[in-house]
Amino acid sequence: MTTTPSTPSVGRPLTRLEGEAKVTGLAPYAYEYALTDPLYLGPVLSTVARGRVSAVDTARAEELPGVRAVLTPANAERLADTEDREFAVLQSDEVSFRGQFVAAVVADTPETAREAAGLVDVAYETLAHDVTLTADHPRLYRPEEVNTGVEADTEQGDPDAALARAAVVVDRTYRTPMEHNNPMEPHTTVALWDEGGGRLTLYDSTQGAHPVRHTVAGVFGLDPERVRVVAPYVGGGFGSKGSAHAHNVLAAMAARAVPGRPVKFALTRQQMFSLVGYRTPTIQRLRLGADRDGRLDAVVHDVVEQTSKIKEFAEQSGVCTRMMYAAPHRRTTHRLAPLDAPIPFWMRAPGEAPGMYALESAMDELAHECGVDPVELRLRNEPPVDPSTGEPWSDRALVRCLREGAERFGWHGRDPAPGARREGDWLVGTGVASAMYPHMVNPGSVAEIRYGEDRRYHVGIGAADIGTGALTALTQIAADALGRPLSEVVVSIGDTDLPEASVAGGSSGTTSWGAALVAAARVFRAEHGEAPAPGASARGTAPEDTATPGYSQYSFGAHFVEARVHADTGEIRVPRMLGLFSVGRVVNPRTARSQFLGGMVMGLSMALYEQSVVDPAFGHVVNHDLAQYHVAVHADVSGLEADWLEGEDPHAGPLGSRGVGEIGIVGTAAAVANACHHATGVRVRNLPLTPDLFLR
Amino acid sequence: MDATITLRVDGEERRLTVDTRTTLLDALRDRLEATSPKKGCDHGQCGACTVLLDGRRILSCLALAVAHDGADVTTAAGLGSGDGAPGGELHPVARAFVDHDGFQCGYCTPGQVCSAVGMLREAEAGWPSHATADLDAPVSLDDEEIRERMSGNLCRCGAYTNIVAAIREAAR
Amino acid sequence: MRPFDYTRPDGPADAVALVADDPGAAYLAGGTNLVDHMKLGVASPTRLVDVRGLLGNRVEELPGGGLRIGASVPNSDLAAHPAVRRRYPVLSAALLAGASGQLRNAATTGGNLFQRTRCPYFQDTTTPCNKREPGTGCSALEGHGRDNAVLGASDHCVATHPSDMAVALAALGAEARVLGPGGERVVPIPGLHRLPGSEPERDTVLGHGDLITAVDLPHLPVAARSAYRKVRDRASYAFALVSVAAALDVVDGTVADVRIAFGGLAHVPWRAHRAEEALIGGPATEEAFREAARAELADARTGRDNAFKVPMAVNTLASTLRGLTAEEAR
Repeated sequence: MTTTPSTPSVGRPLTRLEGEAKVTGLAPYAYEYALTDPLYLGPVLSTVARGRVSAVDTARAEELPGVRAVLTPANAERLADTEDREFAVLQSDEVSFRGQFVAAVVADTPETAREAAGLVDVAYETLAHDVTLTADHPRLYRPEEVNTGVEADTEQGDPDAALARAAVVVDRTYRTPMEHNNPMEPHTTVALWDEGGGRLTLYDSTQGAHPVRHTVAGVFGLDPERVRVVAPYVGGGFGSKGSAHAHNVLAAMAARAVPGRPVKFALTRQQMFSLVGYRTPTIQRLRLGADRDGRLDAVVHDVVEQTSKIKEFAEQSGVCTRMMYAAPHRRTTHRLAPLDAPIPFWMRAPGEAPGMYALESAMDELAHECGVDPVELRLRNEPPVDPSTGEPWSDRALVRCLREGAERFGWHGRDPAPGARREGDWLVGTGVASAMYPHMVNPGSVAEIRYGEDRRYHVGIGAADIGTGALTALTQIAADALGRPLSEVVVSIGDTDLPEASVAGGSSGTTSWGAALVAAARVFRAEHGEAPAPGASARGTAPEDTATPGYSQYSFGAHFVEARVHADTGEIRVPRMLGLFSVGRVVNPRTARSQFLGGMVMGLSMALYEQSVVDPAFGHVVNHDLAQYHVAVHADVSGLEADWLEGEDPHAGPLGSRGVGEIGIVGTAAAVANACHHATGVRVRNLPLTPDLFLR
Repeated sequence: MDATITLRVDGEERRLTVDTRTTLLDALRDRLEATSPKKGCDHGQCGACTVLLDGRRILSCLALAVAHDGADVTTAAGLGSGDGAPGGELHPVARAFVDHDGFQCGYCTPGQVCSAVGMLREAEAGWPSHATADLDAPVSLDDEEIRERMSGNLCRCGAYTNIVAAIREAAR
Repeated sequence: MRPFDYTRPDGPADAVALVADDPGAAYLAGGTNLVDHMKLGVASPTRLVDVRGLLGNRVEELPGGGLRIGASVPNSDLAAHPAVRRRYPVLSAALLAGASGQLRNAATTGGNLFQRTRCPYFQDTTTPCNKREPGTGCSALEGHGRDNAVLGASDHCVATHPSDMAVALAALGAEARVLGPGGERVVPIPGLHRLPGSEPERDTVLGHGDLITAVDLPHLPVAARSAYRKVRDRASYAFALVSVAAALDVVDGTVADVRIAFGGLAHVPWRAHRAEEALIGGPATEEAFREAARAELADARTGRDNAFKVPMAVNTLASTLRGLTAEEAR
């Protein structure tokens, strides 16, 4: 930071600036803008997983009063760029997964749109489909790279020889299911072309207004300046709203048929199970070779996942194993099975969440095998430098998180024997797991500062607040960067009319956008001094690389969990969870704590409830709603505590902060599973941990 | 098939024409631009659409508007300050949500707030819940009771801990 | 959703006449399941006859010590009613274990009995289902079968009944008062719901136009010591994997009276007559409870995904009866 006022804003636990708007429900989400004469889109989804649309009969739909247009593969406009096949909406008769758009209706009311969509008769030529991931799938392949752009496979030393000679070997396979993000606000877009058809406005529910603009502009062959995306309030995303999806394209196509009139399109909850991404199921084989004291000599993490045949997404589940613990011999691999399935995508901590479940479960099994306390086992395998690069750590605080967390949780004196404690009808156990998340920064965000007639600094950046508290945190950062009190700073976000901002993803938002604010404030103060004239303005761009090169930068954490398993029914309750994290500097303790807690709740939910079940015969997610796809409810969450180590990362850029949005979900499921094993002696190696798995 | 109905929404009498198929939620959101109640699932599985209908919390996505002609609907935008008059200060429950950071993305929040207000009335009336150990004894609204009674309101951001803290404070 | 007419008739008899004469008509009560199904296309009535305001919304004492529950009494009011809490706690507990506060405020006593299965294939019009479209086949037989029935299922349908309230009513031996085109009659619960057989589209023995106007609870002293135990995937707001409604009277260590019904196991709330017979007059011991549960489940047929329901049901019944015995001992 250049200068800060006498009372810095960063570090203060402010309540959210948009709090009143949210608790009254007056904050407008994508669907909720008061637009004149809106029309409504009703999509038709394929009911086969593979094949082609052989005929579409739109007669009955078109006869319905109030229907304005029916789009089919035969009459839909040809898009400019369909290289990314996710966006090749209605461009051919090919069906690549069940639940793909095959037609759409535009109508005067939502009721008519929905009814008319149901009256579109689609005939298919069906081909045999393959929607089932197996460890030995015949079409497994190695992707060029995995998500975040790193290599699919790595190898150091001779892991096979090391495993062959190891005194203790843990060789286990862990499975995680397909999971869906399910933000509470369904993916929604409202598309409006101006009368001339040259400019498109999307009121969208997205984690990145500018990324959506670039995608949609490319697909329609427009200059990006002619696409405006508005998204100041976003009802959650957890990754799925980190990119445009096919519905953005469909809405824009449909609206083109009715220029000057907005077309509203909110996906139903059910439709979200095939159209906006999901976490791939994983099959992960972990092999740990260690001496009798639990010191690792070899680690092998082999990951098998799925992708769709039309667009590759390779979740980086094995990447965590490259740097987590010391071991001279190491291998990580990723293999993908291309299926006739919807396109997987980001879901909170893609890679780390499933990967650390497997690794941290295996570490618990190793501790058990060696008779070493699971906290101590991790301490024994602490690497002095990043094993994957040899670089020094900028701020690796795993040991402190484990030690201080253990102290606060009351870990010491734990009887390691599984299945040994019972209180009434409940078997009681405790578990631990490490957490980690890489420090990610997206370059290139721009901020603008204008000093207004109202004697306030108006700061604009097209950033997204998906519930992270970004608006409040950015206001704090801007205030300090300008050396002014909060009351003099107004930040606007979520609109492509504001300067370019990177996506809210990879826990990078506050750090990446904050760097732009700091840069803009520096320029503003240099150009206009401390007493600017109204109208004074300046822009600043976040530097290409804010982090100090040569350092390995990660956030770390430790989860401690108490689990209770009912001796008769197998029901699981988690009355106590503690997460202790190290994330560098915390901009807003109140909202950061909420992010940690939220991540831990989603981790608990991943551990115990979440699972999208695919029917191999039909190729769809059977339990495609919130009654059947269980997420944690109020009654599931008690005794939850999150805290962090004070400090800042000297190498993490101008703010000294790393992200807080994702680390809470990393390792949580392993800690829960380890606690359930400690409670019962039953080791379940596939998620979720449902009551039937603990019946005796 | 259309029908003309009257709803009292947040203290204001509104006359509107709806399709018989229009749910109360869609009537509010699409016909009256009262978008405080949210659509999260449209099937009674998430609680985001919770409003107070004639004083009781219900899911507006499963109520047909035509079947509630003449009803009084209160959304989170119309809770007022809790003394019965709309407008002015935030309702104590809503205020507590802000103070305790009982939300993140905010999409489930109006439903959580309405649900909490309705739930507190139910507890005050002595209604038991699944968490009530002795059905024949008076109800004491501890955290476990709050959690059980609020379980019809999903929060994917996982703000549950803070929501319970907010309601606990507002209940005092 | 198909367009439909909405009618609010003047009285129950008018309602029955309207529905009985119109094959496309359906009753609307709380709407919590029907509106859901209409949106999904699972139900497509052309006329809704709103009966909420026509039927009783009070709980009344019956001569002889029972209670009469008006069909429009909301689930929440019924659960909170002092007489129900004191004399039939299993019913309060079952209601409170179901759905959410908001849904219980809207759902009615009569409507709850007509809840339809939550089988995922039944609720998805893009997959075959004999219950939704007779003759199309049962997708759940080979498909995702975690919710499938283990008792009384047929080759045509393996769906389970989702209501918690109905399980308690089956244990209590309640009676539904039915007004039909031919007049009034009484249908016992169990007996109202039917096993799927070759007509899984029929959930109950009632005919088109039949309307439940009230539910009567018998005078049943054993019910004062009763409980509902529901096992589900999360702690609240989920349907049962297995549930048990039980009432138990133990005198000097011997079972003097017992009522048991299971939820989650069958196309109907499953009254466990076999288990009851095995227990009556015998010792109130853990082994006897388990033996009785095993007897009830002797004919269970399980598949790949639902085999757990048998041990879960045995354990849950044993746990519930153990709890009631301990309560008795206090």
